[in-house]
Order: sequence, then C-alpha cells, then structure tokens
Amino acid sequence: MIRSHDSIIVQTLGRFLIPVVQMFGLYVLFFGQYGPGGGFVGGVILGTGMILSVLIFGHSASRSLIAKDMLHADGVGMLIYAGVGGVCMIGGGEFLNYANLEIPGLEDASRRSLGIVLTQIGVAVDVAVTAVSIVFSLSAEEIIEDSING
Amino acid sequence: MIFPFEIPLLFLLLVTAAGAILVKDLMSAVLLLGTYSFFLSLIWAWFGAVDVAFVEAVVGAGLGTVLFLLTLFGTAPKDTRLRRPPPSLVTLIVFPLLGVLLLYAASDLPEFGDPNSPASVHISSTYLERSYQDSHTPNVVTSVLMDYRSLDTMVETVVIFTAGIACALLLRREPK
Repeated sequence: MIRSHDSIIVQTLGRFLIPVVQMFGLYVLFFGQYGPGGGFVGGVILGTGMILSVLIFGHSASRSLIAKDMLHADGVGMLIYAGVGGVCMIGGGEFLNYANLEIPGLEDASRRSLGIVLTQIGVAVDVAVTAVSIVFSLSAEEIIEDSING
Repeated sequence: MIFPFEIPLLFLLLVTAAGAILVKDLMSAVLLLGTYSFFLSLIWAWFGAVDVAFVEAVVGAGLGTVLFLLTLFGTAPKDTRLRRPPPSLVTLIVFPLLGVLLLYAASDLPEFGDPNSPASVHISSTYLERSYQDSHTPNVVTSVLMDYRSLDTMVETVVIFTAGIACALLLRREPK
C-alpha cells in the first residue's frame, strides 16, 4: 500500500502536472496518425500519469469504485482490438481488414483510418491498465510487510 | 553538422552505463539506469525515431525506474547486497573478441539513411507511396503498424497483456 506523500510541494506539483501528462497522453494517442506517437506511447503516457497520481496521493485517494474496477480490466484493450477484427469479419472480409467495417457513408480509406483509431485505443487501454496493474502488484501491502518482518 | 551533439551524448551514454554497472549501491544504480534511458531517448530523437524516443523516455526513464524502486522497497537489505567477483579469464578473452567481431561486422552495414540499402528498396517504398490513398494516414509508421501489419501489433498487445496477467498472478494476493 502506497501512502500519500507528505510534502506540500510534491502534492501541489502533482495536482498541476498530472492533468498535463494525461492531456499529452491523449494528444499523442489521437494524433498518432498525423505525427509521432500512437497507441503504445499514448497508453504508456496515460498509465504513467495514473502511476504518478498513485505515487503522490496514495492508493486510497480515489474513492470512486469505477476507477478501482477499471484497474482490474486488463483484458478490455485486447477485447477492443480483437473485437474490431471480429467486426471486420462480420462485414465479410478478412480479420482486421478495416475496409470491411460496416459503416455507411464512408469510403474504404476513411474506414481504414477509423479502424486504425479504434485499434490504437485498444492498444492504449491495454498498455495503460497493464502498467498500472504491474505497479499495484509490486506494491501490494503483504510483500512490503513480509520483507520488513522477515 | 553532426559533431556538436552526437559525441557528447554518446559519451554521457557510456558514462552512465558504466556508472550503473560499477556503482556500489543498488538505488544509485537504478537512478543511473534512468539517466541512461533519458540520454538514449535523446539519441533516438536525434536519429529521427521520435516514437522510439517517446517510449524510451516514458518506459525506460519513468516507468522502469518506478518498477525497479518498488522492487527494491519490497526486498530486504540482505537480498540486495552486491558481491562483485573479479571477472574470470574466459570473460576477459571472449568479450573483447566479441566486440572486435561486432565492429568488424558493423563495417558492412549500409550507411545511415542510405536510400539504396536492402531495407529501403524491398517494400518500404510501396508503403510510403500508398499509405495515404489506402488509409488517409499521413504517418506511415502508424499505418504500417496498425493497418498493414495489424496482426503483428495485436499479438504484441497479447504479449503485454500476458505480462500484466503473469505479474498479477505471481505477486498479487487477495486483500484480507
């Protein structure tokens, strides 16, 4: 269990920095098609922002149950990614051939563009949740106490 | 002008790498490793691989350091005591030979950014020409990763997912 940090400098800087980090992560994620970046980097930056908030404000800072449940959703990103592939197959094409996404009013290239955005979101969710989950696993209370006692 | 940035960066890279290996305290080694990743990310950005530079800065310098530190806090001092036996004779002979061999092989590599190198003439030009018509994605790296080679990326995502699951299974226990 990580407790919140005592120093007011760290807390104030955290309050200021974490939203900036998260905004930058979202920017990198959604502008991966136009500039450097993409799903993996965006997800890692988002996850690092969450880890920063856990390190500064502690495990129990967030009372929101949704936030806590979200961290157990390791497979959701995979589900989004593979689900897009499955929807492509339902549309009558190969697995992950985004041109077969059944969205009316879009030409093939725009469908591919949309498919890239969706799969990038999948990768980002997977990477972010995995990063936070590994940090939580490493900082489980029992491990720290075991090493202190024994 | 390549000289003013590249040489000091490579020098700092070597110094931090050697420091991370030679330093006595594990905590200092972890922090030096983070510094090493930061300089490495600067070098990636210098080579134009901004994606890799992002990942190196965030994962290597940020996330990796946090994971190492959490692991250090979770271990007792007796587990992390450093013993450095002097290198054996085989090490002293084999590793310089390996270095010479690698340097010899490196002279056969194509020039950096050479448009006629084997990697550039095979299929890359097709991707570069057709990426925008095929998928309306100006960044060719993204369109190769997420569209042309989408299945590879999906399996990479499976690898990350598996790593997270394995960590949770090995380390996490039910709260009482």
